[in-house]
Amino acid sequence: MAATGLTLFEKIWRRHVVTEGPGGQSLLYVDRHLLHEGSTHAFGRMERKGLAVRRPEACLATADHYVPTASGRGEIADPEVRRMVADLGRHTERLGITFFGRGEPRQGIVHVIGPEQGATQPGILLVCGDSHTATHGAFGALAFGIGSTEVEHVLATQCLWQRKPRVMRVTVTGVRAPGIAAKDVILAIIARIGAGGGVGHAIEYAGPVIRALSMDERMTVCNMSIEAGARAGMVAPDETTFAYLEGRPLVPRGAGWAQALAHWRALPSDPDAVFDREVTLDAADIAPTVTWGTSPQDALPITARIPDPSAVGDPSRRASMERALAYMGLTAGAPLAGTPVSRVFIGSCTNSRLEDLRAAAAVARGRRAAVPALVVPGSGGVKRAAEAEGLDRVFTEAGFEWREPGCSMCVGMNGDLAAARERVASTSNRNFEGRQGKGARTHLMSPAMAAAAAVTGRLTDVRTLA
Amino acid sequence: MDPFVRLTAVAAPMDLPNIDTDRIIPARFLRRPRESGFGPLLFHDVRFDATGAEQPDFVLNRPGHRAARILVTAENFGCGSSREMAVWALLDHGIRVVIGPSFGDIFFENCFKNGVLPIVVPAETAAGLRQALAARPGTTLTVDLEAETVTPPDGVAIRFEVDGFRKHGLLTGRDELALTLEQMPAIEAFEARRRVEMPWLG
Repeated sequence: MAATGLTLFEKIWRRHVVTEGPGGQSLLYVDRHLLHEGSTHAFGRMERKGLAVRRPEACLATADHYVPTASGRGEIADPEVRRMVADLGRHTERLGITFFGRGEPRQGIVHVIGPEQGATQPGILLVCGDSHTATHGAFGALAFGIGSTEVEHVLATQCLWQRKPRVMRVTVTGVRAPGIAAKDVILAIIARIGAGGGVGHAIEYAGPVIRALSMDERMTVCNMSIEAGARAGMVAPDETTFAYLEGRPLVPRGAGWAQALAHWRALPSDPDAVFDREVTLDAADIAPTVTWGTSPQDALPITARIPDPSAVGDPSRRASMERALAYMGLTAGAPLAGTPVSRVFIGSCTNSRLEDLRAAAAVARGRRAAVPALVVPGSGGVKRAAEAEGLDRVFTEAGFEWREPGCSMCVGMNGDLAAARERVASTSNRNFEGRQGKGARTHLMSPAMAAAAAVTGRLTDVRTLA
Repeated sequence: MDPFVRLTAVAAPMDLPNIDTDRIIPARFLRRPRESGFGPLLFHDVRFDATGAEQPDFVLNRPGHRAARILVTAENFGCGSSREMAVWALLDHGIRVVIGPSFGDIFFENCFKNGVLPIVVPAETAAGLRQALAARPGTTLTVDLEAETVTPPDGVAIRFEVDGFRKHGLLTGRDELALTLEQMPAIEAFEARRRVEMPWLG
């Protein structure tokens, strides 16, 4: 029997099987577990049951979902929010888990700080009770979001029962044109395969366009895998990955680095590896992209017109589009560009890293925000690095607000919300109904496009700003 | 977790694809303690208006579907956020079965952890069921996990499959954590091997 090559996914999966169970389930070993305020439900249950954490040193916790982002570090006003943040601090201290709390210089969005600290490494299995955990797959890790019961299970056993997903390879060929961001690439991918197209799959992103992406850009792409239905998304590790990792606090040094590097270099999919599904996109077809509806799959080039439901044959799809346009307050056939926006949000685990802020600042520089615009760096580290480059001054001089790190308006749990019928140009990952506030209307786009919307007050093709 | 074996109950159709967990339960409710009950929060912002009054058009507010304990959905139900409270809200409202062509992967797992049975059927089957339920509000379905069948009033059973691990878990309401803790020797052996093969991971 001819041996066939293995995919990156398969190599990592095999390395992590502790035992096989019935029904095709495998007990997998978890190398790294990231935690945030949402994990407090699981901590509370464990406390009541008297359960111990099996490997506190494999955990890293931060406060991100609920922390206020306004400058100044006074007491959190809302008692329920204050309790969520305080409880995480109490549980992590009780259990001996490293915690970057409010005011800690390394605090930030869990999917920004994991890579920043070097907790995220190639070949590991990483989980977090958050659906955007696929972000860490950018390093060639198997990383996926889990529910609260699973969080408890991992804390207690360091393991998780899983059924092996299928593997889809998404290859992006050609060359990315100037002005096309990683966000445009992933929005185009989601539009192609659909919000449910990746259900039951892990995605490996491949091809020359993906290979040429920086780590910040790869994280943007992998981050939104879940918006295509895939629990995990990954990119094979390469020299770009290793250069990013070397010297980070949790990355091995000396002999350990050499040993790890040898392991990491063997991870990429073998040339003859077979994927369950293959999808190919040509980068030449990707333009600056914005969403018009209430699913991330509702994405179109900024040069397009708002689609007409009456032209769609499938009744379910038509009803869905009609509802989305009504919610979004948009008219079929009108151009997307020129649609007035009420506010702008630049941040989130998708687009709050240094390169994202640089791209937005390049557009904001020397211009003036026409609508309220919030810039929320992904971590204390990102914030300090941006300030060292003077990006904070670029933003504030342009009338943008420069905030403290957190999830902020991506999910609005901390109170950073838009009002009903307000239209938001947002670098986040979800344009769901009510995501940024009850009745709020979200258009997803890249940091440069969001900055262009801020300075014009309208959805704008950033390429038209000289 | 309450075991799930068999249920005969009213089923309600939800026709829109890609119903995300933000819609099932908005983020502002997630900070509430589990004991407070999540049933009244289910589909909150589409089920109630700004004054808290029921939206008469919403399917679970319609006379024939109010008592629904089964939902029949379209593609990708439960997509998006990993929030397990989406399942808690369904469960607390009384929904024990969700039938559809596909589900968000994390939502699907969360269902099994809470005694809710997600059933995958072909898209045409789900569409046919939804049409039948919409045409005759109050229609009941019988879901038999042991036999892996969904039976509408016409008596023609629809077969479905659940893997043995998950099926056993639901039928017995077992504590998965206890099951895993029985595997501790295998976990310890794995850790010993891992310390040798990948020592840099600690």
